[in-house]
Amino acid sequence: MAAVATCGTGVGSTGSMVAATSKNNVTSFQRKGPRASGTDSGCSRLVSIAGTRPSVRNGQLLVSTGLPALDQLLGGGLAVGTVLLIEEDKYNIYSSLLFKYFLAEGIINGHTLLVASAKEDPADILQELPAPLLDDNYKKDFDEDVCNHQTPDSNIKMKIAWRYQLLPKIEQSGPVSSSRFGHYYDASKRMPQELIEASKWHGFFFPEKLSSTLNIEPCSLTHGYRKLLQFIQKVIYEEGFDGSNPQKKQKNILRIGIQNLGSTLWGDDICCTENCDNSHSLTKFLYVLRGLLRTSLSACIITMPTHLIQNKAIIARVTNLSDTVVGLESFIGSERETNPLYKDYHGLIHIRQIPRLNNLIYDVSDVKDLAFKLKRKLFTIEWVQDNYLRQERNIYPPGFSYLLKQKDSAWGEGSLQHSTFLMSFLAKATAFASRLVRHSEPLKQTGSGRILQAAGPRLWHDGRRQAAPGLLAVPP
Amino acid sequence: MFPELNNLLNITPDRAEQGKLTLLCGAKTDGSFLVHHFLSFYLKANCKVCFVALIQSFSHYNIVGQKLGVSLTAARERGQLVFLEGLKSSVDVFFRAQAEPHPLQFLREADAGNLQPLYEFVREALKPVDDGQAAWRCPVLLVDDLSVLLSLGLGAVAVLDFIHYCRVAVCWERKGNIVALVHDSGDGEDEENDILLNGLSHQSHLILRAEGLATGFCRDVHGQLRILWRTPSQPTAQRDGSLTYQYKIQDKSVSFFAKGMSPAVL
Repeated sequence: MAAVATCGTGVGSTGSMVAATSKNNVTSFQRKGPRASGTDSGCSRLVSIAGTRPSVRNGQLLVSTGLPALDQLLGGGLAVGTVLLIEEDKYNIYSSLLFKYFLAEGIINGHTLLVASAKEDPADILQELPAPLLDDNYKKDFDEDVCNHQTPDSNIKMKIAWRYQLLPKIEQSGPVSSSRFGHYYDASKRMPQELIEASKWHGFFFPEKLSSTLNIEPCSLTHGYRKLLQFIQKVIYEEGFDGSNPQKKQKNILRIGIQNLGSTLWGDDICCTENCDNSHSLTKFLYVLRGLLRTSLSACIITMPTHLIQNKAIIARVTNLSDTVVGLESFIGSERETNPLYKDYHGLIHIRQIPRLNNLIYDVSDVKDLAFKLKRKLFTIEWVQDNYLRQERNIYPPGFSYLLKQKDSAWGEGSLQHSTFLMSFLAKATAFASRLVRHSEPLKQTGSGRILQAAGPRLWHDGRRQAAPGLLAVPP
Repeated sequence: MFPELNNLLNITPDRAEQGKLTLLCGAKTDGSFLVHHFLSFYLKANCKVCFVALIQSFSHYNIVGQKLGVSLTAARERGQLVFLEGLKSSVDVFFRAQAEPHPLQFLREADAGNLQPLYEFVREALKPVDDGQAAWRCPVLLVDDLSVLLSLGLGAVAVLDFIHYCRVAVCWERKGNIVALVHDSGDGEDEENDILLNGLSHQSHLILRAEGLATGFCRDVHGQLRILWRTPSQPTAQRDGSLTYQYKIQDKSVSFFAKGMSPAVL
């Protein structure tokens, strides 16, 4: 079936400069991207939903997590029907920020939200969402602390047709339509009130639901989890996200956000003691939640204070029951805060698990040491080894050969990157280093042997020591 | 099915063994590629398969199965495959009270239940149908995976009981096979899981243990597979054979090679 587009204008309008003249482009009503047949919800119609795109690898429908940097690390985005588990950092600063980015992305794309929390009222959470960066000029403002002055103007200009201002002022190159997949957010500003009011959201505030205790039969789930599951199931069924409601034909994504799951505020005691009474409550909840997600058009983000969970076995089980697991470790209050290696960064981000959906393989990035930093407007994730290398170079004087194991790489099997990494480390210039490393055949290199060769028979082949890595100048 | 793994295990779809319990263990890594292998292997070997899939949905296994050359929907339609989709049925069991006991009835129970309804389901599914149709070769029970049952409130003893009952019904009575996947977290943190793993290791005829490399992540070698042949009935009879290979998972197959002989290295 053809993709549904209620307003028939195509993807064009490249080069339209001002938002006011782009009234022909109705971004949020425009549906882009066919939905691949590989999704788990079993619907085989070709429906395009705003804010989603099919994965390059397996055609799975993806939504953005709100952080384009994180999307890239997760293989393009979060798959619809899966759970993203964020292991909270110690003071719950950055994990709540990721939580809000996820919800803000839902509002921008017009998705329905379901916010569940035991600590804050969902309405308050929504008030604190970061404002989207509407302009592509954010790249210029990256290092400057200049506020984007065009944003408040366009806010004032368009009160009625506010959705048109989501169109970036300068069109991106490429065939993608003007509503980007991932958006950038300004953490210092709040989301405009009109956007929040225009969005559709359901809130679950656990202290409010405590009063109505209507336990039909005892179950090993704690009361809070049970109520939350019933609420989620009710929303999914009534709004038609699972396609089972004959009246409602929903073609939108439901974004579920659950904050601080597993904390004592939900009535669970796994964060208090090691031998808890209902240690299966959380894992059972996750299992049934995943069953709900797999059969509906929804994606879920859960933040969990795993650093508080006493029983390590539960953390392993929770990881196995979630699809994507990302751990945050902030430097606040730890010894790393004063470490000069990490002086530009706010914390480390660990991608602990990525699911293999509809596939034997999965997208995994090569770099494992990732650090994040939160600038005024941007939450960036970088490979921290770059800095590490630059610092360490002062400790190892050149002219010697070193045995260095690159973190998180297999020791036995070297690679081209491995050897030139070592060489550049010692040669202080990557270009020079590539000349030092001799390969038997180009491009297919093993780092073993060659680097550690002490004095083989061919090393002094013609009186001059050759192919001796570690030495910068061949001795005469 | 992965032809290289068939060569390593010395089995072909025509000569599938009978009455065996195979234990798949994923130690800190994902061992699900082994499940896909055995599922497609037994479907190609013309066996009747009962698949208890607790981790992923039907379409996931179907799409991967199509890459490996079997169609699960076709197998289900002709009665060769009985599929219990754990995720979807758990929603049904949890939110709506069922009339007759559901295989996943333990989800509704408050205290530690047992897996008897699930055993009845398996026995019913692998019952020999004698109505003159094409007889399947031997029944096979495939479980993915058993560790998740521990997360859902059951004890290790209940799961071991379930496997024991299934072994009697499937392996001994019907001369079929059982293949089960268990996670191993290592480090001895999860005691229940260790009890389950040790108990099953002593009962199984073949153990395939997928581990990650000891040195960490590598792009070209995804892990290491240890194959262990056992004879549980005669524990002291002969030395158990054991082999270790390293593997790399590709889009449609898995390539196996001896340790250190990865094509990226050579």
